Amino acid sequence: MGVTLSEAAAKHVAGFIAKRGKGIGIRLGVKTSGCSGMAYKLEFADSSEPDDIVFDSHGLKVLVDPKSLPYLDGTELDFTREGLNEGFKFINPNVKDECGCGESFHV
Amino acid sequence: MALLQLSEPGQSTAPHQHRLAVGIDLGTTNSLVATVRSGMAVVINDELGRSLLPSVVRYPASGPLEVGFSAQSHQSLDPKNTLVSVKRFMGRGLKDIAHIESMPYDFIEAEGMIKLKTAQGVKNPVEVSADILRALRERAELALGGALTGAVITVPAYFDDAQRQATKDAARLAGLSVLRLLNEPTAAAIAYGLDNAAEGIYAVYDLGGGTFDISILKLSKGVFQVLSTGGDSALGGDDFDHRVFCWIGEQAELSPVSLGDARLLQMRAREAKEYLTQHGEAPITAKLSTGEFVDLKLTSEIFTEITRTLVQKTLGPTRKALRDAGLAPEDIKGVVMVGGATRMPQVQHAVEAFFGKEPLNNLDPDKVVALGAAIQANLLAGNRASGDDWLLLDVIPLSLGIETMGGLVEKIIPRNSTIPVARAQEFTTFKDGQTALALQVVQGERELVSDCRSLARFELRGIPPMVAGAARIRVTFQVDADGLLSVTAREQTTGHESRVEVKPSYGLNDDEVTSMLKDGYTHASDDAFRRALREAQVEAQRLVEAVQSALKEDVHLLSTLERVHIDSCLTKLQSVLLGDDRRAIDGALDALSKGTAEFAARRMNQGVRRALAGRKVDEVNL
Ligand SMILES: Nc1ncnc2c1ncn2[C@@H]1O[C@H](COP(=O)(O)OP(=O)(O)OP(=O)(O)O)[C@@H](O)[C@H]1O
Ligand SMILES: [Mg+2]
Repeated sequence: MGVTLSEAAAKHVAGFIAKRGKGIGIRLGVKTSGCSGMAYKLEFADSSEPDDIVFDSHGLKVLVDPKSLPYLDGTELDFTREGLNEGFKFINPNVKDECGCGESFHV
Repeated sequence: MALLQLSEPGQSTAPHQHRLAVGIDLGTTNSLVATVRSGMAVVINDELGRSLLPSVVRYPASGPLEVGFSAQSHQSLDPKNTLVSVKRFMGRGLKDIAHIESMPYDFIEAEGMIKLKTAQGVKNPVEVSADILRALRERAELALGGALTGAVITVPAYFDDAQRQATKDAARLAGLSVLRLLNEPTAAAIAYGLDNAAEGIYAVYDLGGGTFDISILKLSKGVFQVLSTGGDSALGGDDFDHRVFCWIGEQAELSPVSLGDARLLQMRAREAKEYLTQHGEAPITAKLSTGEFVDLKLTSEIFTEITRTLVQKTLGPTRKALRDAGLAPEDIKGVVMVGGATRMPQVQHAVEAFFGKEPLNNLDPDKVVALGAAIQANLLAGNRASGDDWLLLDVIPLSLGIETMGGLVEKIIPRNSTIPVARAQEFTTFKDGQTALALQVVQGERELVSDCRSLARFELRGIPPMVAGAARIRVTFQVDADGLLSVTAREQTTGHESRVEVKPSYGLNDDEVTSMLKDGYTHASDDAFRRALREAQVEAQRLVEAVQSALKEDVHLLSTLERVHIDSCLTKLQSVLLGDDRRAIDGALDALSKGTAEFAARRMNQGVRRALAGRKVDEVNL
C-alpha cells in the first residue's frame, strides 16, 4: 500500500517544485480539526524527519509522518480541474465521511 | 468541493481558513485578476480560458449590465451605454478631461467627479469600475471556491489622492476588501522578484493599448520608492494599429472607407501587428463592403519603418523621467517590460539600445502587474512562507502636519509615505521675546487646521527670548512601523526639547478617511483661495507688529510728517486685516511697507553705527 501520486498530480508537483526552486518533495499528513474531525496537510518538504516514511512515486519523494500514515494508507493524491478551480484531491480509501468542503474528513 | 493547494512547510491552514487573496490589475483597456496557488502566482482565467477582461461595461436599455467581451462587442452599436476607458475619469471632474467633446457619452454637468447618463441611470466612474471589479471578484471566488479575504489593486504610480481614493471606493462598492493599493510599476517589479534582488534603481517601461508609462523605482531595504514617472497618455499599441491601417489604405489605394470597413481593417491591422512579433511577414486580406479586395503582405522591415517614430516617441518621456530623477541610463540596474505592446521586437530593441542592457521580458508583459499584485496580496493576507519575512511597508493614509500661524496646516509627512518615516521641519517664533510655542498636530488633506482632525496639542517652553524669527525650532515627526506617531520639537540654540506620542489613525474610521479625502478633493480651489487670504493676513499682522515695535523704539528718527504718514498706513492696514478682501490687504500691506522703507533704512544705519561704536569701545578697553 502506501501513498501514491496520480500522473497528473506528479506532473504538477514536479512543476511547482521547479518553479519554487527548492524542495526535496512533498509532505502529506493529517491533523485533527475541521468540521468532521480530521484535516489534510499538503506541503512542500525541504527536509525529512528521522521517523518519516518516504514513498517514491513517479520519481518524486512523498513524505508521511508515522502518526498520519494509518489514516492515509492507500491514498492516491490526484490533481483535477473543476470548472475554474483546479487543485489537489485526496482519494483516500479510509474515509467514511467527508465534510462537504472536502478539506476535512472522518475515518 | 474545495481542492487543495500545496503549502509551504508548516503552513497548512486549518480547513475553512485559507485566506483567499487576489491581485487585480484594473487597466484602462484590459483588467486581470491573479492569485497565488501552491506558491506560484497565476492569472485566473474565465470559463473560456481567457485571462484578460476588457475594461468595458454596457448598461443596456433592457436586460442586465454586461462586462468585458460582450460589452465590448456592442461598443459600436450602443456607444452611449457602453463605457470604455473609465479609468481615465477616476477622481476627475469634467474640466480635467481632454477631448471630452469627441467622446460619445452624455456627460452631466456637475461639481466633483464626472457623471455619465446611461440607459440604466446616471453612473460615475467609481460605479463603473466597481462593476468591472465585481466581475473579477466573482471569477476569482468561483475559481478559488470561497469568499475572498482581500485584494491588492494596482494603480498607476502617478495617480493622485483623489484617483487612488476613487479606486478604493470602487473596490469597496464591489464588495472587495482592499489590502492595499499598489503602484503598477512596483507590482511589475515584484513579479520579477526584484524586491528580493540587490538594492538599486530600476526602470519600468509600460506600453499598453492606449497609454505609455515610464517609472523609475529605487529599491532599498525591501521598499520601492517611486523616484519619477512620465509617459504619454495617448500613445500605445492602438497607434501602431493605426499606422498599419493607414499603410493598408495607401498600398491598396482605397478610397475613403465606411465606418464598418474601417473597423474591419483596423482589426486586420492589429492582427498583422501581433503576428509580426513571431513572424517575418504577415498576410493582410479583407473583403470590403464595396466589393474591393485587400490582399497585402506586411514585412517586419516595413512595419518597423512605419512605426519608427512611435517607438522614438516613447524615449522622450523616458529621458525626461531619468532627468527628473537626476539619473543617466547607465545608472539603471534593470528594465522591466510591461504591457502587451512591448512584445514588439522593435520596441524591445529600442529599449535595449537606450539603456544599454537587455530588458527583463520573460514574464507575460500583460500579466506581470496582476501577478505582482497577487504576490503582495498573498503576503498581506498572511499566507506567508517561512523565508518571506519581508513585506512592502505600509503607507500613511492621510497627511500629518502641524498648525502654523493663522490656522494654516504645514504638511510634514505627506499621505502615502511609506513607514517607518521621519521628517523634520524648522519653524520660528512669531513675536519678539516669545518663550513658548504651542504645537497642534493635525491629520488631513485640507489647507486649514479647522478642516483637519486635531491629533494632539503640546507646548515647547523655555525658548530663550529673542527677536521674532530668530529662534530655530526643529519639529520632527516620526512614524514607526506600527503607525505610531511621535512628535518632537527642539529649540536648536538651547537644545530645549518637548515630545508627544499619538496614534494617528485613532478615532478615524475608513468612512471618515473617505469623506475627508472627498472634502479635500471638492474644496481644493476653495482652500487655495482661503490659504492665500490667510497668508496675506499673517504677513500683514507681522508687519503691523514690527512697525509698532520699531515706532516705540525709534520714533525719534522720523519727522512729524513721516510719522503721520506711517500711522495712517498702519491704521489702514489694521482696518482691512481681518476682512476677506485679499486685494485690499495686499494694497495696504504694500503701502505700509513702502511707507516705512526709509524708516527701516535709517534704523539699520543707526544699528550699524551703534555696532561700530560698540566695537571701538571694546578696542579701547583692550
Ligand atoms: N503579440 C503582440 N504583439 C504586439 N502587440 C501586442 C501583442 N499582444 C498584445 N499586443 C498589444 O498590446 C496592447 C494591449 O496591452 P495591455 O493589455 O497591456 O493594455 P492595457 O494595460 O489594458 O492598456 P493601458 O496600459 O493603456 O491601460 C494592444 O495594443 C495589443 O494589440
Ligand atoms: Mg496597463
